[in-house]
Amino acid sequence: MKTRFDATETSDAPLPRAAAIVVGASAGGVEALLKIFSTIKVGFRLPILTVLHIPDERRSHLASVFQARLPIPVKEADDKEDIVPGTLYFAGPGYHLSVESDLSLSLSQEDRVFHSRPSIDILFDSAADAYGKRLVGILLTGANNDGAHGLSRIKRAGGFTIVQDPAQAQARTMPEAALALHEPDYLLPLNDIGQLLAELERIAC
Amino acid sequence: MSLDQNAEIELRLLIDAIYLKYSYDFRDYSGASVKRRVNHALRQFDCPTISALQERVLHDPAAFMQLLQFLTIPVSEMFRDPSHFLAIRQEVVPLLRTYPSIKIWIAGCSTGEEVYSMAILLREEGLLERTIIYATDINPSSLEKAKQGIFSMENVRAYTENYQKAGGQRAFSDYYTAAYDYAIFDKSLRENVTFADHSLATDSVFSETQLVSCRNVLIYFNKKLQDRAFGLFHDSLSHRGFLVLGSKETLDFSAYSNKFESFVKPERIYRKS
Repeated sequence: MKTRFDATETSDAPLPRAAAIVVGASAGGVEALLKIFSTIKVGFRLPILTVLHIPDERRSHLASVFQARLPIPVKEADDKEDIVPGTLYFAGPGYHLSVESDLSLSLSQEDRVFHSRPSIDILFDSAADAYGKRLVGILLTGANNDGAHGLSRIKRAGGFTIVQDPAQAQARTMPEAALALHEPDYLLPLNDIGQLLAELERIAC
Repeated sequence: MSLDQNAEIELRLLIDAIYLKYSYDFRDYSGASVKRRVNHALRQFDCPTISALQERVLHDPAAFMQLLQFLTIPVSEMFRDPSHFLAIRQEVVPLLRTYPSIKIWIAGCSTGEEVYSMAILLREEGLLERTIIYATDINPSSLEKAKQGIFSMENVRAYTENYQKAGGQRAFSDYYTAAYDYAIFDKSLRENVTFADHSLATDSVFSETQLVSCRNVLIYFNKKLQDRAFGLFHDSLSHRGFLVLGSKETLDFSAYSNKFESFVKPERIYRKS
């Protein structure tokens, strides 16, 4: 497990050629996401699927908040839409978001996971099935255990995992729960996660 | 990885076995959700593999009926998305009122929450007496619960708030009798309701209707099966009939998108064109 990332250094363990990135966050998540996505430039080619725990209201403003700050398309995920590279998707309130084996998205209303719908575990599990070793999973700040199981599942399916350093997270429960289940490839502060994201994209295609 | 590969094969075999033996067709359901539900059932049935579960349900119809409870998702609430029901009341009801008699199909009615919501709305608008509601589902246990119209008091408190936001005109408690932790809904609400076993995957149209409500059902189908369902709704609806969907469901990308027009777009209310 590496605890710092510097794109200018050559590493003995090469980074994977990713096809997609999934991100989970809860308490303190908006700030953390804005920070890691700040490295995204015009022409970013990987799709990013994000679950941020949000209240169960019918409409969410997440997509428009991030669209105003990012140079790539940002949208709330729709049922049965094909995943388009270079797009940032957010799971909407009240529905779980899954990746299907044909790389389309689907919504569902099964029971909440750790009181949450959308659930990070459900996105991560289904994306691990669909993308296997070409998936990067990132778990950030949060005050519950959602996402820990899903992230270890991504690792078991051959994917690449990154956890925010709990010591620097606004809420440390979620990254700590992830560390209790598996050893991620990287344990990093937010700035380094942003740099790593840019590097993963650079070598991906 | 090989374990996962086996699970994919076993899952397909299970779904095929269920179809061949019991005629319940989950083959065109969205895969990720079916897989989760089967995995959940594995733990409940204490089966080590999906193959073991398959053997059990193939030879034991009672076990299959238990599995069916896991495969269908009875998540519902009364007046779910209150603004949707408000739009039906304000925009659709004035047009329904012009029909001498009205037939409504609630497809995938689960345990009946949508049915009682619609019946209450129609009663307040003075239309319930000349309306027939067909409430259909594939799950007989859900239909049985729907017929009884008994819901937990804990949930009814949330429904009350929904009802008020949806333009409800009375006290919600006028419609039920409280008994211990349950609310028993007024049985006159279902006098004109026919509950029936019907599958959007395998059955055909059974009646002409003026409104079809199918909410949070189609998200569990793949595009092919969604199109089959849209075809049934199209054939069932009379000229200028209404189709109402769940808040995240749309006709836009289906083979039937040009056969309907948006009527109240944000509320996913469509009208046959």
